[in-house]
Parts: sequence; C-alpha cells; structure tokens
Amino acid sequence: MGGVHPPENKLAEKQAIERLEPPKSVAIPLAQHLGVPAEPVVSRGDQVKTGQLIAKGEAFISAHIHSSVSGKVKKIDAVTDASGYRKKAIIIDVEGDEWEEGIDRDEGLQKQCDLDAKEILEKIHNAGIVGLGGATFPSHVKLNVPRGKKAEYLIINGVECEPCLTADHRLMLEKGEEILVGVQLQMKALGVKKAIVGIEQNKPDAIQHFTKLAKDYEGISVQALEVKYPQGAEKQLIKALINREVPSGKLPIEVGCVVHNVGTAFAVYEAVQKNKPLIDRVVTVSGSSVKKPSNFMVRIGTPVSALIEAAGGLPEDTGKVINGGPMMGKALNDLEVPVTKGTSGILIFTENEASRPVEQNCIRCARCVTICPMGLEPYLLAPLAEKQRLEECEDERIMDCMECGSCLYICPSAKPLLDHIRVGKTRVGKMIRERSA
Amino acid sequence: MNELFNEITVLSVVSLGAIGGVAAIVLFLVAQKFKVIEDPRIDEVEDLLPGANCGGCGLAGCRALAEAIVRAESLEGFNCPPGGSEVMQDIAEAMGWEASESTPMIAVLRCNGTREFAPPKVKYEGAMTCAFAHNLFAGEGGCPFGCLGCGDCVEACDFDAMYMDKDTNLPVILDDKCVACEACVKECPRDIIEMRKKGKKNRRIFVSCINKEKGGVARKNCKVACIGCGKCVKECKFDAITLENNLAYIDFEKCTLCRKCPPVCPTNAIHELNFPERKKKVEKEAKTE
Repeated sequence: MGGVHPPENKLAEKQAIERLEPPKSVAIPLAQHLGVPAEPVVSRGDQVKTGQLIAKGEAFISAHIHSSVSGKVKKIDAVTDASGYRKKAIIIDVEGDEWEEGIDRDEGLQKQCDLDAKEILEKIHNAGIVGLGGATFPSHVKLNVPRGKKAEYLIINGVECEPCLTADHRLMLEKGEEILVGVQLQMKALGVKKAIVGIEQNKPDAIQHFTKLAKDYEGISVQALEVKYPQGAEKQLIKALINREVPSGKLPIEVGCVVHNVGTAFAVYEAVQKNKPLIDRVVTVSGSSVKKPSNFMVRIGTPVSALIEAAGGLPEDTGKVINGGPMMGKALNDLEVPVTKGTSGILIFTENEASRPVEQNCIRCARCVTICPMGLEPYLLAPLAEKQRLEECEDERIMDCMECGSCLYICPSAKPLLDHIRVGKTRVGKMIRERSA
Repeated sequence: MNELFNEITVLSVVSLGAIGGVAAIVLFLVAQKFKVIEDPRIDEVEDLLPGANCGGCGLAGCRALAEAIVRAESLEGFNCPPGGSEVMQDIAEAMGWEASESTPMIAVLRCNGTREFAPPKVKYEGAMTCAFAHNLFAGEGGCPFGCLGCGDCVEACDFDAMYMDKDTNLPVILDDKCVACEACVKECPRDIIEMRKKGKKNRRIFVSCINKEKGGVARKNCKVACIGCGKCVKECKFDAITLENNLAYIDFEKCTLCRKCPPVCPTNAIHELNFPERKKKVEKEAKTE
C-alpha cells in the first residue's frame, strides 16, 4: 500500500568504497544507539588502541562502544551531535594506528564457524553492533527472541530505498560473500532455517551477484522488489517478501520475523569471524553539487567536515547538509558533528534544492492519504496534533506513523505535515505512558 | 353530522386530557424523585467570575470554580488570575466571608537571547512551532536552553498579553494584560517562562537566563548568558540568590528589590524592570573615564 517515487539520484552508485584514513582527532558519542547511553570505562589521559572497549552499555537496551582509533583520550565532554544538541562524547587525539590484539585484520574470507548460537550472540553483544540501517537498535537484543515467540524468517534488508544513498548497494557488490556468511551466523543465532534478502529492482547488479552467491548458502534466497519508497521500512518489507502484516503497535517477531540490514550482516561477520568490533561503517557522501560523490569506509567519530573534504570540499552554494537520506535524514547545524554508527549518508543540497516551498492551505486532494504506507490520514493527523487533540490523534493511530516523510514529499501545498505529526507522536506517547503509570 | 362531530370532539378532548393528566403526574413524580438540589449561590458566584473559562484557576472553567468555592464554603486556596483580588473581594462580600489577599503574579521570560546577543548560526525552516523545533535542534542561536522564537507561548495566551517581537525574535509579556493563568508556562517546551511575584509598582529583578552549561560554553552562543560566576550571590545581603549548575536564581520571596545585584553581573544577565533610571550610572561612567 502507498509509497512514493522520488527521483533516485544515486550518483555514487559506481564509486567503489574508499577507505578513509583516521583523522587527527575523533569524538565518539556515548549515545549512538537506541536506549540507554553507554558508560565510559576510560578516563582523561588514558592510552587507547583501535578496537578497545571505551564505554560499556550494561542496560538491557544499550550497546558497547569501542575506540575507532589509537591514541590518547583528550577529554570526555559534550559535543554537538546529529541530534542538534550537545551530548557527552569521548574525544581522542589520534596517534598512529595500533590495533587491539586478537583482531584479525586479514581481508580474506572466513567461512567456517564452529561457535554455537549463544557464543555468536555473545560476540555480537561484545562488538557493540547496532542496526546499521539507521534506527541503531542494539542487534543482540533483536536477535534474542523473547520467550513465547518464535522466529521463522530472517529478513535481510538490502533495499536501500532512500534516494541518493548507495552505501548498502556498494557493500553488497563488494562484500557479498561476507554479508552472506554474516546472514548465516545470524540464522544460527536465531535458530531459523530461512533467510530472504530483499533488494530493490533498481540494483540489478546486486540482485544478480547475490542470486549467484546465495546458491552456495543453504536457506538463503534473494528476492527482487518493486522500486518505491519506503520499500525498506520493516513492516513494508515483511509484507512485500512474505505477505504477512505486522499488527499495529507490534514488532516483526509477532509474525515470526527478524529484520536486519545488509550493513549489520557485514558487521556481524566481522565481529564473529574477525573479532572486530563495530568501529567503522560505509557512509555515502553525495549531492548534485558535490565534486566527487563517494562511498567511504569511515572510522566512527570522524567529523563530517573531513568526509566532505574528501569528497571535494563544501560547494559554495550549499543550502543544507543532511545526515542520512533525503527523505528521513535531518539537516545538520554543525559540520564538526561526528559520524556515528547510524550515519548512512551525508548529503549536500544546494540552496535551491534545500529550501522548503511556501506553505499553503490544504486543498483536500488526499494525495497524502493515498501514499501513506501505513494507511493513515496525514491531512487529518497534522491539524489534530497541532491543536493538541491527543485522544483523537490516538484514535487515528498516530503512533503507527513511522515518519517516512512521504506525506510531506507529496503535499502540493507544502504543508509541514510530518513536523506536526512528530510533535503529536511525542505528546501522545507521553500521554500513553502517563496513563499506564 | 353535528352529532358525529360532537362525539369526536368530546372523545378526543377527553382522551388527550387523560393522557396529559397521566403524563403530568408521571413527570411530577419523576421530578420529585430525581430532584437536583443546587445551591443557588453557585449561580451567584459564577455571575461574579469573569466568564473567560481560561482554566487559570486550575479547574475546568468558571462554573467549576464557582462550584468548588461554594462546596468549600471558603475562598481559601482559590484564585482567579484574570479576575484578581477585586473579583475575590466581590465574591467574599456576596457570600459574607472574608477574602484573603494572595500575591499577584506575572509571567516572566527568562531568556534574553535576541538576534543581537545570540546571533543565528543556522536557519530553521520547519513547522513554526517550538514543540517541533525543540525536538529537532538546539535552536538557531545554538543555545539548548534558550527561546526558540516560534511563538507557542503567544499562541497559548488567551488574553492577548503576549506578542512576538520581530526584531529580537523573543516574546514580550504585557504587564497590564497578563493575568498569570500559566498557559504559556505550560506550553513552553523549554520552561523558560516563570511565574514570579508581580512586585511593588510592577518592579521585578530576575536572572534572564536558564542556561545550565559552563560559562564558556554558554557565552559562545549568547553574549548575555548567565555564566555562573557567583558575583551576584556574594553581593546579595538577603540570601536571595542561589547558584546551582552554573546558573544563578533569584528567589522572589526573599528579594527585597535593593538593586545591588544587576550592576555586578558581568554579562548583564540580571534584569530589573520598571525601576526609575539609575543615577549612579553616570557617576560610574565618569569615574572609569
């Protein structure tokens, strides 16, 4: 149901992933995942090695954080992160690139794994892996199926339906085997027999590559999907692949599914087979005015400005720099913001592209209703939320909104529908929590 | 023909009369059974209230306040912010009680991050509501505690007591119109607006900043931020100023409006309102020259 077709603009599609050298200094935020921020275990002046544990996430929903560089801890202080606010981060001055012992830095493929499910989960937990699709939900929590529920399918998200982004696409082409080993490891950890990799049809090379490779892996199949946004949203992906609908307010495990991104699968491979914690990720830097649209393998904590520099510098007519995709991403208000585990892309928009048109009155065209992938009525929800009619918002299922931004994209009157709905969601969420308390 | 007509007339008059009689008896009995005895004083009190139904008293509206007052048989603990002491006096008189005077309050904006003092570093284009802007980022000026300037408080004000100053991008509270209903206080996502004692002749002294960051960090975004230096705390002889989390706060119950603290503040974060102009200032300037 629903969906929009924004221009794809995948400019960096053909650019091979380039490894970016560690910068002079990194700022590694303590809250890079959903849930409770990690607690630092190093202090000012400590020497750290690449891959060393520097912050522990002990809470149920939290993740460990490792140093992405070797050097000296300069301080633990608040720095502006992608949220637009100053949050605590560990700032490390880089000295050389000395890695923690036990990390296998060999690029060769390691297929064999004799560990059992529990040990694999343990390794994923220790490596601090979170969902790399953007939501950054701690992976070990997701792979630990709650009692009474049973996972049937592992769904691997290779859709990358956000326009402009090519990070997952390149990873699939370049690290296909590794991803499939990672998928196999996750299947073992979950105890499922079937895994489906979903890829949008606009990536025929990746589909071909994966279909060929998957023949050697039992239980893994590849499925091509219609090109539309948001095809890669969890619930939409499950519906498209196995035709099951996740009930309102429930998680995919309700219909026997666990969904992971291809990037996460690669991180799982590295963690389990190479003992390498999550310290780097692929980030697309793109935009029509960017000199050299690229895909970089970046150390976590690298400032965004270093990435832009590597892609040819910041164009003069830049209007906005977006963290994430053009649909769900957020404009940055500081270019020194560090890359975190959830950064999938840095997009540079010219002033022309970035400015929002002037808001006009709703003309009741109902396009937002037609395209809403969750079957909601954004034209109604937005004013209800604006007027704080929260009970009605709840009745209209505002909490089902996944904030994909399709309504804002399609609205001919340029109404900031999603802005109001987001506020409404926060308020309704608070109301629900207060009621149950 | 005539006879027939008579017969129908008589029949209908009698039958309808009988139905009417029975219905009247039933209605009378029901009314007796379910009679709502309402204190006539509730109407009386309600008539005296302003009738704005603003909810400033903390109840659903003027009727609810009237009911509560009559039920409690006293004015203790009740306050009608728009009506003020006048209305409460009237009610007390009508009821034959004694009215207790409560301190008049007023909304105070504790941020002075104007476009001049906290120059915008980025441009905000989203929906013009502070609630959303607050979720999105620290603000155009970069201060995570400061006013976002989208005017949710002005929107919330039912008494036209606020407006947005286009030059400063800060809301302005009108002394003579604010009735202390607290609607703006509740609406502000950053809790910048505080209810403070209106003070004699509307005179007030307060720290116009709620930034809890370290001095240097706060100053980077705003020239008039409280940097938590503690000079005002030392200056105050009445223990009215406390310093917590790099932020000074003046307790309006203890403050005697002596005007000693505003001049010592190095960032001019302490504001004094409605005072006569200082004479000393001229002397001071003359001295430094």
